Amino acid sequence: MSVQISREALLRAYRSMRTIRVFEERLHVEFATGEIPGFVHLYCGEEASAVGVCANLTDNDTIASTHRGHGHCIAKGVEVGGMMAEIYGRHTGVCRGKGGSMHIADLSKGMLGANGIVGGGPPLICGAALSHKTLKDNGVAVAFFGDGASNEGTTLESMNLASVWHLPAVFVLEDNGYGEATGAAYACAGTQKDRAAGFGLPYFACAGDDFFEVYETARNAIDHARSGKGPVMLHVQLSRWYGHFEGDAMTYRKAGEVAAQKKDHDCLKKFRARAVAENLLPEGDMDEIDAAVADEVESAVVTAKQAPWPQDKDLMADVYARY
Amino acid sequence: MPNTITALTMPKFGLAMTEGKLASWTAKVGQSVQQGDELADIETTKITSSYESPAAGVLRKQVAQAGETLPVGALIGVLADADTPDVDIEAFIKNFHADTPADATATPEANSGEPKLVTVGEHTLNVRDVGTQAGTPLVLVHGFGGDISNWLLTQDALAADRRVIAFDLPGHGASSKNVGTGTLTFLAGVVSDLLQTLKIEKAHIVGHSLGGGIALTLLRDHPDQVASLNLLAPAGLGKDVNADFISAFVESESSRDMKAVLQMLVYNKALVGRRMVDAVLRARRLDGARDALRVIAKACFPNGHQVDDLRPVLAGGAAPTQIFWGKEDEILSVSNASGLPQMIPVKVFEETGHLPQLERATDVNTAIATFVKDPEAALSMARMDATA
Amino acid sequence: MAKKSFRQAINEALRQEMRRDPRVILMGEDIAGGRGGSAGITDAWGGVLGVTKGLWEEFGDDRVLDTPISEASYIGAAAGAAATGLRPVAELMFVDFVGCCLDQIMNQAAKFRYMFGGKATTPLVIRAMYGGGFSAAAQHSQALYPLFTHIPGLKVVIPSSPYEAKGLLIEAIRDNDPVIFLENKVMYDDEEDVPDEAYAIPFGEANVTREGDDVTIVAIGRMVNMANAAADELEKQGIGCTVIDPRTTSPLDEETILESVSETGRLVVVDEASPRCNMACDISALVAEKAFFSLKAPIRRVVPPHTPVPFSTPLEKLYMPDATKIAAAVRSITSSQKQKVA
Repeated sequence: MSVQISREALLRAYRSMRTIRVFEERLHVEFATGEIPGFVHLYCGEEASAVGVCANLTDNDTIASTHRGHGHCIAKGVEVGGMMAEIYGRHTGVCRGKGGSMHIADLSKGMLGANGIVGGGPPLICGAALSHKTLKDNGVAVAFFGDGASNEGTTLESMNLASVWHLPAVFVLEDNGYGEATGAAYACAGTQKDRAAGFGLPYFACAGDDFFEVYETARNAIDHARSGKGPVMLHVQLSRWYGHFEGDAMTYRKAGEVAAQKKDHDCLKKFRARAVAENLLPEGDMDEIDAAVADEVESAVVTAKQAPWPQDKDLMADVYARY
Repeated sequence: MPNTITALTMPKFGLAMTEGKLASWTAKVGQSVQQGDELADIETTKITSSYESPAAGVLRKQVAQAGETLPVGALIGVLADADTPDVDIEAFIKNFHADTPADATATPEANSGEPKLVTVGEHTLNVRDVGTQAGTPLVLVHGFGGDISNWLLTQDALAADRRVIAFDLPGHGASSKNVGTGTLTFLAGVVSDLLQTLKIEKAHIVGHSLGGGIALTLLRDHPDQVASLNLLAPAGLGKDVNADFISAFVESESSRDMKAVLQMLVYNKALVGRRMVDAVLRARRLDGARDALRVIAKACFPNGHQVDDLRPVLAGGAAPTQIFWGKEDEILSVSNASGLPQMIPVKVFEETGHLPQLERATDVNTAIATFVKDPEAALSMARMDATA
Repeated sequence: MAKKSFRQAINEALRQEMRRDPRVILMGEDIAGGRGGSAGITDAWGGVLGVTKGLWEEFGDDRVLDTPISEASYIGAAAGAAATGLRPVAELMFVDFVGCCLDQIMNQAAKFRYMFGGKATTPLVIRAMYGGGFSAAAQHSQALYPLFTHIPGLKVVIPSSPYEAKGLLIEAIRDNDPVIFLENKVMYDDEEDVPDEAYAIPFGEANVTREGDDVTIVAIGRMVNMANAAADELEKQGIGCTVIDPRTTSPLDEETILESVSETGRLVVVDEASPRCNMACDISALVAEKAFFSLKAPIRRVVPPHTPVPFSTPLEKLYMPDATKIAAAVRSITSSQKQKVA
């Protein structure tokens, strides 16, 4: 497959994927110290999906994410320091400490929020797509959802509605094989391709460990929606490297499954290998990015830990625009 | 004897009234009253007003009870001599047939009294035009934030022998909300245009408060259109206006707040009923209504300071003028009425606020009717009174 | 100013706001009606009870969107559209159908602003019919405003007359928060004077529809009419009632209620919602907590029994609060004192 992407875009994509990886692995460590309130769901292993899709989007386009949303946030350009502070529940967080890991949003970046409700995003994305269509701003709206959410009525209803209304909507199924602790092999009847066909949605599929493949496939899918031809489904095969949430011992997965995925399906390793082999990016540039990202995440953690907590008055703030 | 028995019936305040609520009796059964004494409080959709005795006698029976809502013309009580036997009173009640409201207030005019929208240049004005007799017409100009309902007790009372026109100023009531620059000059220009549209060459102008200032400005800018002025607590004669009132009158959104504001307008605070408050709030809520008032307030009385000094208009004696003021006016102080040319009679009412046309309706109506019938005679009469 | 029905008042509010602001769009089931039918007609219904009739004709496909019978998707879409630049008015037909889309209201639209640290604005209106008295039975008759009132982030509006409906709906459309706007289906043909011009009635300002010294009656939605009728009847018997229509249960005008109870010393709350955790409970608790020492008598709640809304006419009549039941409740807390006076 030939690569139709600029060098700058490739650097940005690599940096996004590396940031997600380092961000999530650091959270894995920090969560264990007990300093992070609530719970977090990590995206490691799935970086190429968020980044490959979002590399085809601008701030004018909208995405809705899932409870496993850090990767989508970073890929859509949400600022890492603000995210980390949010996860630590601090006032400097991107949601002022009112949302936390599952509710990071930044509408100025077209990021309509991670979502604590499985299947919460697809209906919202129908609305965002309707806004793009009605306001004629050439935007598309993308719903990321998992194989678990693929069984939610909201997801199926949304595919139908998007099709009926002919919306510029993209349904990105991130199929990591598990909905919480239950395998997709058990929970998903039929095939996802047939489900898309059932609503008249063109079906695009790709492996999620290869940025280049995701990027190209997503571009075709998104172009279809953006050009006014209606909604599409993009099915990305992925692997999840950590538990459903941090602290999940994953006793439902056979020994060695994750290790094998890390070995054979690491999107960052694959990206570097191809970039070097095809002379797309110098190794040194990527090494520089690795170092810069490490610094950025380190700084985000240090800053977040020192950041002020919300004040008492913040409890009542922002329930309403006006009450 | 039957001829000593007087039926007390639900009165009609303004043509729009079809029913009224007897809020309370102020006279007791057995009480002797003179003609004009207050018998009861009647609440309409616009105002709570007192019902005055149509004759002298003893209140023998309260047929309607407090809280009852009855059609206009319905029997609410009976007045008779003290020695009229009870059986006669009972028989009178039994045989009483309420006049239908239409009969009770039938006027020879074809005009229904329903307000109509009239296009005047770029404005659409809500105009209520009653009376068709010959004679110079009379035009009523209401005050800031008011509307034609301010003339509820005035317009029909004056319509017996001339055409009487009330209208909502631009930005007010059911008129369109464009108030231009919002100045007295602009608003007087609209009144001048309205007169031309209605093909009225010359009119007696009655102006209240801001409407008084508009009337004075009309006299200044278009003297040929003004036959005389009757001014009720007019703007333009002093430096100040109650700024707190102006701002609260425009901005209040709740019934609670608006009631407190409206009570500043009257001496007898009980006159401000729930329905009056509701009517004002309904007018305020219309799109553009508050903005229009803000523009006028800023143009005519920024920070409680009156921009226009219209005393020079009165100095020239360009038109016969008389002035009314409530002594307890909380909006424009009665002191504004001092130091005017001696030829101008000033009637100051005790225990009256900023709305003499509602609080002293009978006195105001009588004085205006007499004045416009023959202004010069009225003025010389007033001069004689003053010297006596 | 002309007499207009509750239905016309709502239609006029929608039309005027759609003319004023191109971002206002409508969506719902059969709000035009007829698409895909063999007759080839659009706007066959104009809403199941004709409330949105004629709007498709004026505003067309882009602004009047019929939906599949698929509440979760389109209510969620309305929330998403509201967060991304439109001002949708979604019709849920019967409020009972909220069971199919509560997540989109409760967990999504209501929470955006708070969860996102004040950075989201969700100018969404969800219109729905509510209420019994229509023989519509248990799944089409509920008065679910307590459910929405319970959820922070939502505003809840229950108009009691055509004038109120127009002004409150315009306010709802201009408001920047998610608003649940509940229309009593029995009232669509009620008429009164409604201005032709657009006007907005602010939320959280109760309307006092009767004034009296003896008892405060707080009533919700259609129950305001019942309370007024009871108050008029009681006044003839010498019992003065103040009737308060809160207009909105969220925000709730606590001040007007407390002020009135401090003057009358007695409270009757009329609520056609199921009796547990309804507005009658809420308002009673408010008064018990903040005006306890003004009370001269126990608080009375005029509410239906804790049953689903029955179908059969006599049972439904038995179920619904009405003027007679309200008057009886008032008398039960005034009669002894009044008799002493007499």
